[in-house]
Amino acid sequence: MADKPRLRIPETANKGDVIQIKTLVAHPMENGFRKDDNGKTIPRKIINKFVCTFGGKEVFRADLEPAIAANPYFEFTVKVDESGTFAFAWVDDDGTVTTAEQSITVT
Amino acid sequence: MSQMTRRGALLLGAGLTLTLIAVDQSAATPAEADAEIAKFTGGKTAESGKIAIDLPEIAENGNTVPLSIKVDSPMTADDYVSEIRVIAGGNPNPGVVGFHLTPMAGRAEVATRIRLNSTENVIVLAKTSGGKLFMDRRMVKVTVGGCGG
Repeated sequence: MADKPRLRIPETANKGDVIQIKTLVAHPMENGFRKDDNGKTIPRKIINKFVCTFGGKEVFRADLEPAIAANPYFEFTVKVDESGTFAFAWVDDDGTVTTAEQSITVT
Repeated sequence: MSQMTRRGALLLGAGLTLTLIAVDQSAATPAEADAEIAKFTGGKTAESGKIAIDLPEIAENGNTVPLSIKVDSPMTADDYVSEIRVIAGGNPNPGVVGFHLTPMAGRAEVATRIRLNSTENVIVLAKTSGGKLFMDRRMVKVTVGGCGG
C-alpha cells in the first residue's frame, strides 16, 4: 500500500491565482514484468488511480499504468477562487486507499 | 572512373544509413501503440503543434524519466483540455497514464515520472471539451530500460 504522502501546496494565495500542487507517495509500483531471484514473475501491484478534490469537487484525476515510476509523483495546477481544503486519494490494486488533506487560505 | 565508383559507393552507404534511421523511428510505434492512439481518438485525426512535451533527450535510467506536458488551451469553462493520454511506443504495455482535467486547473500543465523500456517515441494526446484532438511526440534515447524482465 501507499505510504507517507507528501504534498507541496502554498498555504495562502490571492483570489484567482493559479497555484501549483506537487504530490508524492511511497509505493514500489511493481509493474508485473520483473522476475525474482528464482525466475518467477513478481505479480503486478500498483497505484492505479489518483484523485484530487477541492471542496469536494474533483479537480484532477490520473489513471496510472505500470509505466509510472515507483513513488508516483504528480504536478498539476488549480485556479483558486476561495479558501478550502484539498483532499487527495491514492488507490492501490489491492483496494487500499491512502488519503491526505491540506487547506489553503485565499484572500 | 574508379574514383567515381568509390564516391558513389560512399554516397550510397550514407543514403542507406539515413533511410535506416528514418525507418527505425517510424517503426518505434508498434501496432499496439497505434491501437491505443485509435482508442483515444476514435480514428479521427489529431492536430499537432499544440502540445509541448518536456522529456530528456537521453534517459540514462529508464526507471524514472521526468515528463512534463503543456497544452496550449485557454482552460475556460467553454474551452478546456479535459483529457491527456500518454503512450510509450516501445514499452511492453503502451499505455502510461491518463490525466483528467477540469476548467478549475487554470492551466493545462501536468508533470510526472515515467518508465521507458528502450529508445522509443513518447506520444502525448489531448482532448478538449469541444472534442478537438491534439497529438505530439518526442523521441527519447534510453540507456538502461526500466521494465525489468
